[in-house]
Amino acid sequence: MDKREKDIEKLKDYKYGFSTDIENIRAPKGLNEDVIKFISNIKKEPKWMLDFRLKAFERFKQLKEPNWQKPKYPKIDYQDLYYYAAPKSMNDKPKSLDELDPKLLETYKKLGIPLQEQARLNGIAVDAVFDSVSVATTFKDELTKQGIIFCSMSEAIQKHPDLVKKYLGTVIPTTDHFFATLNSAVFTDGSFVYIPEGIKCPMELSTYFRINASETGQFERTLIIADKGSYVSYLEGCTAPMRDENQLHAANVELIALDDAEIKYSTVQNWYPGDENGKGGIYNFVTKRGLCKGKNSKISWTQVETGSAITWKYPSCILKGDNSIGEFYSIAITNNHQKADTGTKMIHLGKNTKSKIISKGISAGFSDMTYRGLVDINSKAKNSSNYTQCDSLLMGNKCGAHTVPYIKNKNFDSNIAHEATTSKISEEQLHYCQQRGLNPEEAVGLIVNGFCKEVLQQLPMEFAVEAQKLVGISLEGSVG
Amino acid sequence: MLKINNLSANVEDKSILKDFSLNINPGEVHAIMGPNGSGKSTLSNILSGKKGYEISGEVLFENNNLFELETEERAHKGIFLAFQYPLEIPGVNTNIFLKTSLNAIRKAKGEKELDAIEFLKLVKEKARELKFDEEKLNRQLNVGFSGGEKKKNEILQMSMLSPKLSILDETDSGLDIDALKVVSDGVNTLRSKDNSFLIITHYQRLLDYIKPDFVHVLMNGRIIKSGGPELALELEKKGYENFN
Repeated sequence: MDKREKDIEKLKDYKYGFSTDIENIRAPKGLNEDVIKFISNIKKEPKWMLDFRLKAFERFKQLKEPNWQKPKYPKIDYQDLYYYAAPKSMNDKPKSLDELDPKLLETYKKLGIPLQEQARLNGIAVDAVFDSVSVATTFKDELTKQGIIFCSMSEAIQKHPDLVKKYLGTVIPTTDHFFATLNSAVFTDGSFVYIPEGIKCPMELSTYFRINASETGQFERTLIIADKGSYVSYLEGCTAPMRDENQLHAANVELIALDDAEIKYSTVQNWYPGDENGKGGIYNFVTKRGLCKGKNSKISWTQVETGSAITWKYPSCILKGDNSIGEFYSIAITNNHQKADTGTKMIHLGKNTKSKIISKGISAGFSDMTYRGLVDINSKAKNSSNYTQCDSLLMGNKCGAHTVPYIKNKNFDSNIAHEATTSKISEEQLHYCQQRGLNPEEAVGLIVNGFCKEVLQQLPMEFAVEAQKLVGISLEGSVG
Repeated sequence: MLKINNLSANVEDKSILKDFSLNINPGEVHAIMGPNGSGKSTLSNILSGKKGYEISGEVLFENNNLFELETEERAHKGIFLAFQYPLEIPGVNTNIFLKTSLNAIRKAKGEKELDAIEFLKLVKEKARELKFDEEKLNRQLNVGFSGGEKKKNEILQMSMLSPKLSILDETDSGLDIDALKVVSDGVNTLRSKDNSFLIITHYQRLLDYIKPDFVHVLMNGRIIKSGGPELALELEKKGYENFN
């Protein structure tokens, strides 16, 4: 067996499907004020944080679960979930990686995330979130020297309350939609990043999310602030064990770019997609929103979505500052019985704002994919423009692809261009590649990677290689 | 090298090839000429492994039963088809495609795969020989190429892969005289005592540049006459209609 075959063999049954047997501390099952107080209390949060949560919960109780999306799912019983689970060993928080539970370290090693100092070689600073808590952040000292703050959200609430208070909930308020509000009430941990004025962050920052405990929702919260003239590139990766039940993941991510600042946010989402009959898998209902607050600021989302039973998310940009730029590059792949309803929202408020949307959707098997996107150019956003390109690729004849663009232009100086294509990998293309010596899987990998190229190019090198492989592997068994 | 014995092929109950037999020895160049619909492309499709035909009869390639080999395995063993209509693959860089293809075949043969530098050296050398615009190697495979460029790209791939048996399916159709010259140079360079060619064409013109050892006339799925290069000239003079 050659290396590729071995790799594929290894990955065939979802490489990350193992679970770690670790003793947990859990909040009592269910959703109520007491559980929220429990979470806030165990995290030793200040009162303003608890108030934030309770305010969100009040709002949540009045909200109805949305139902307009294409992929439908069985009713979730929000009282039958655990909202907090943490490895017991984290209770007395370890001061260094050496004090971490060896089982946790082992888990991250299996996932290919080296937390120990070897991580230095990769030049990526990692924050690892296991179920509800952040277990380790690497490279802290080096970042601190430049004034960069990269830590877990819990730590930020303790150590940098002014920054958190000033920015948390300013892009996704506690009065937002159902899932975002739920997150505001019960979020457990996540990453916090602050880049000071004029600093270009010297390394990729990365968070690795892992759901381990069963019957547990993961509600992480990430907040990234790029101060004037700064730059940061941030990556996130996600996996979960194979479980027969569906697990809810409802994260909130807020980005804020001040004058002349740039944030590049990349996601490779590989949550457990369920088995080939559609049993189990993660419900990935995530709210991601970036605010280009200052003039000449830029926020760029790149996502490679291959996992989850249902993916439902629209990473968005609010272009408030004049001359600000928003970008969205997306590859979404669904196979077997996976479903996705994903896209972006570009809200143009400032003058001379520009946005660009490149979306590549690939559906195979019995899966169903919807691109849904909003471009909204406000009456004051003079001389603004958007370019959208939205391509779908179908494999086989049992899958679906849908494109639902919403376009609003409220002034005469701005323009919006939308292009969309739908194509199929043809028998002839496959035959041509095979005649040149490629087996069908290699041929599909090559064609699909070609189809996704514009987006793959946006990823940082370390992730691009991983993503290319993932693209091929996600479509395993979809040929012939 | 290639033995075709009593090959018959049907598509949806329509008989296309009927008891077709042909024997190609190492080093030989065979030309098959015939009018539209005579079964020429079906023959090249079947030899390359394209699905969708009901087949009977036997095809041996170096004593391997061709019908037991997948398309890519036939390529690994040294069968190359220059397509009549080369496919476009958007987003896939021509160089990357060539390298992936070459290395897939090298790997199957147990040879060392070429790294990027070795590959680029080889492809540039071949491109220069064939007067293939090097800038095109960095473009998406066949996307926006003219008809002639696509055909030249097929010949470039052929010369990169140096197959044992090259099948050219109407490679000369739609070529101007300069491109025709490039295509025939490609074939003549690869021509050796070990390498064989099956050239499928409508016209005698190509055979001015590539001297075939044998010419076969294909009509209604059967070879009605075989001979030397002079047969092509005779055919050109009389036309297919009056030939029978």
